[in-house]
Amino acid sequence: MDLFKYTAHELHEKLVNKEITAVELVNSVYARIDEVEEQVNAYISMSKEEALAQAEKVDAKIAAGEAIAPLAGIPVVFKDNINITGQVTSCASKMLNGVSAIFDAHVTENLRKEDAVFLGKANMAEFSIGNTTDNSFFGAAHNPWNLNCVTGGCATAAAVAAGEAVWALASDTSGDLRQPAAYAGCVGLKPTYGRVSRLGLAAYASSMDQIGAVTKDVTDAATILNAICGKDDRDSTSWEVETPDFTQALVQDVKGLRIGVPKEYFGENVDAKIKAEVEKAIAQYKELGAEIVEVSLPHTKYAVRTFYVIANGEAGANFARYDGVRYGYRNMEAQSASDMTARSRNEGFGEEVKLRLLFGTHVLSKGYYENYYVRAMKVRTLIRNDFEEAFKQCDVLLTPTTPVLAEAYNTEMDAFAKYELDFTTVTANLAGLPAITVPCGMVDGMPVGMQLIGKVLDEATILKAAYTFEQATDFHKAMAPLGGNK
Amino acid sequence: MTKYITVIGLEVHAELKTKSKAFCSCSTEFGGAPNTHICPVCLGMPGALPVLNEQVVEFAIRAGLALNCEIKFFNKFDRKNYFYPDLSKNYQISQFDKPICLAGHIDINVDGEEKRIGITRIHMEEDAGKLVHSGGSISTSDFSAVDYNRAGVPLIEIVSEPDMRSAEEARAYLENLKAILEYTDVCDCKMQEGSLRCDANISLMPEGATEFGTRAEVKNLNSFRALVRAIEYEVERQKEILEKGGQVVQETRTWDDANGKTLSMRSKEEAHDYRYFSEPDLVPVELDDAWVERIRAELPELPAERQARLMEEFGLSKYDASIIVASKAMAEYFDEAVKTAQDAKGVANWLLGDVSAYLNNAGITISEFKVTPAHLAELVNLTKEGVLSSKLAKKVFAEMLKEDRAPKALVKELGLEQVSDEDAIMKLVEETIAENPQSVADFKAGKERAIGFLVGQIMKKSKGKANPTMVQAMLKDKLQ
Repeated sequence: MDLFKYTAHELHEKLVNKEITAVELVNSVYARIDEVEEQVNAYISMSKEEALAQAEKVDAKIAAGEAIAPLAGIPVVFKDNINITGQVTSCASKMLNGVSAIFDAHVTENLRKEDAVFLGKANMAEFSIGNTTDNSFFGAAHNPWNLNCVTGGCATAAAVAAGEAVWALASDTSGDLRQPAAYAGCVGLKPTYGRVSRLGLAAYASSMDQIGAVTKDVTDAATILNAICGKDDRDSTSWEVETPDFTQALVQDVKGLRIGVPKEYFGENVDAKIKAEVEKAIAQYKELGAEIVEVSLPHTKYAVRTFYVIANGEAGANFARYDGVRYGYRNMEAQSASDMTARSRNEGFGEEVKLRLLFGTHVLSKGYYENYYVRAMKVRTLIRNDFEEAFKQCDVLLTPTTPVLAEAYNTEMDAFAKYELDFTTVTANLAGLPAITVPCGMVDGMPVGMQLIGKVLDEATILKAAYTFEQATDFHKAMAPLGGNK
Repeated sequence: MTKYITVIGLEVHAELKTKSKAFCSCSTEFGGAPNTHICPVCLGMPGALPVLNEQVVEFAIRAGLALNCEIKFFNKFDRKNYFYPDLSKNYQISQFDKPICLAGHIDINVDGEEKRIGITRIHMEEDAGKLVHSGGSISTSDFSAVDYNRAGVPLIEIVSEPDMRSAEEARAYLENLKAILEYTDVCDCKMQEGSLRCDANISLMPEGATEFGTRAEVKNLNSFRALVRAIEYEVERQKEILEKGGQVVQETRTWDDANGKTLSMRSKEEAHDYRYFSEPDLVPVELDDAWVERIRAELPELPAERQARLMEEFGLSKYDASIIVASKAMAEYFDEAVKTAQDAKGVANWLLGDVSAYLNNAGITISEFKVTPAHLAELVNLTKEGVLSSKLAKKVFAEMLKEDRAPKALVKELGLEQVSDEDAIMKLVEETIAENPQSVADFKAGKERAIGFLVGQIMKKSKGKANPTMVQAMLKDKLQ
């Protein structure tokens, strides 16, 4: 039985009905990993022993007639920037290779309470820097829809699409959860900034980092959000609000829902074939009873540059702690403390990370701060205001998740053009809004994702809209063929 | 020759006496084994996040109110970026453009002259860890180790206006500031342990000039003596440069206490660009009126108020009162002693005289002084009642320093009661007159000085115990 093909909620039913055991399930996923991992390279490390122990515990509970949580026994992969005590959090960098976490992330604690089964850690762009995994210290990951194509900024969705995990826990700073999900035909949910505690997530850009889930369908996304959200006193930016039961939003009903379509997301910089697929989705929503409203988010064109100034500035400070003094890579030949730090950082970080750190240092430096950082913060406010204005006319916004399909590995692209690819996703990070990507079509054998962006803390509405579309279509059921050549 | 005016501003870092650190729940206790009061936050582990300890804000407000500052209701934190191995995140969480307190002042008195020294700002920040070098410094050691126990201990930085014009004014400012921080109980002010640290900005300008000269910032001033010496050294150094027609370089210098010099650390060009920006891991803190007013209402008596009270209630001189209140512990000792003492001025005399001399000699503070206020009061009372002469009181005091015992018991044990019994004294007077006819004759011949010799003889006979006032009176009476 290919158990790895099922969603978390389907597997939960099977466990509760005693059709399968959690141990069978985890073994099935590891067997699949053995089968395809060489092609995909989605994993940095695995924790099979711990996973089996967790699965056995769940089986014992079921055998004893105890109720189990919705995620109990379900195998999950973590992006390798989220802490699991005793396991390495490498951030796919030589700098942190071998550095074990000494405390659990808040989300990890929550998933332990759920009795989830932790498979291991997923490959990613070094420190989430970059929208492909080319710069991972552990080698690039490959898209299971076409192994010659990129997975996007991390390999969590590739792992899910390849059947190497039932779902994945990932972070999203610039779209590095939603873009890989779209590239792999998965559902990707980035909650409102502050909805899920960042404690135990190695920071990239603290004002935008947010943990979310990559799943096979919207039901799983809602179920997981229930498990990981909530106020955490140890993260000052986490929201102190009532958390609803997000599975209540899983209803097929978009009648009268006002869906805003921002024209800036359908310009010439978006692949026409992707636009066509997303427009079909818009038509479908109309048919389902939604009201389509054309809106404008006029500052979208500044979003990527604004994001890079702020994110690199924050990253410059966040990565300063990687100095070879307390943990991580250290150059052993250096003859002085300052030389040790300089050489450790020069050798421990990859080229793109160093470029970003120089960028981040520059924009905060005397004489440049006003022109770059301060200005970017002002534009960030304008981008937030754009959304506020738009949400006066609509309940959710609908856009393509990515302007291009997952490109082939040999694609030549200018670095800045590559940065610009994030323009569809970074806006939700800059404004702190919840956003979800759901598969909405296929182009040239590759999945296309559409993005629904909601108001602050209104995950329920985007989940409902996503669920309604999903139930009316079959895109989420397609299986990645693991075709093409690596 | 040009006369120069010295211009001094001080930056004082005070460690706050909170139980736990500024952004985590680790203990702030001083002196633990290295790296025992640490956690992922103190170590800057990936994924660790700071959470503000509200007590830090409370203490900063308290200090600000006591220093006559305006309290700012909107507060946020910033990251101050620089690389140093004792700084675990390689940025310090501090406050840059929105400090919690602005525009305060301290009044000082130097040589009877009152002066108001402005306080520009007070901001909250975290302390760094401590480096321990195998050699003399980080650049000359084979290796250095880091103790992060201090990392994250809360600090307030108090920045003065450049209002001081001499080392003595700077000293007075720092003494008053230290007293206020002690009184408000926000800092234990142990300069030798580094819980109160001072940097001085020093510059010279020709008399009559309207603009300040180029300043040097001197760090590492760990005592009042170091502050005064460093200022005096800098003034001479800068004067020499200016007199030769040179220019003072804007730079950071460090005080070398052993050699009594300031040494250049880094020039303006090498100065750090701290690249401040808002700390995204912390949310802004908005104070409310009720909070600030509650703290204001709970402010303890401050040194200036206490000084006025000591002068009014106990008739102490301004000078005596100012010295007693300069140390909170001394002032508390005084208040405790006068509860039972019949002579407050006597208590003050003891504290400013023999007690201070002893403390200075022993190198301890009054908090470590083992003679209890009640016992000192008893000693004062014995003198006042005439049981002890001041000379004998000193003898008893010396005994009390060996072991803190009730002076009454010591007087008995040592047989030191002053003899004020008229018959006993008369007996001694008569004996002495009989034994010293020459002196008696001299006195009667008008040599007033002879009486001093006779008094001395009587006191000697009494082993110092006879009441000297009575001896004098009765002797004169007898000889006339």
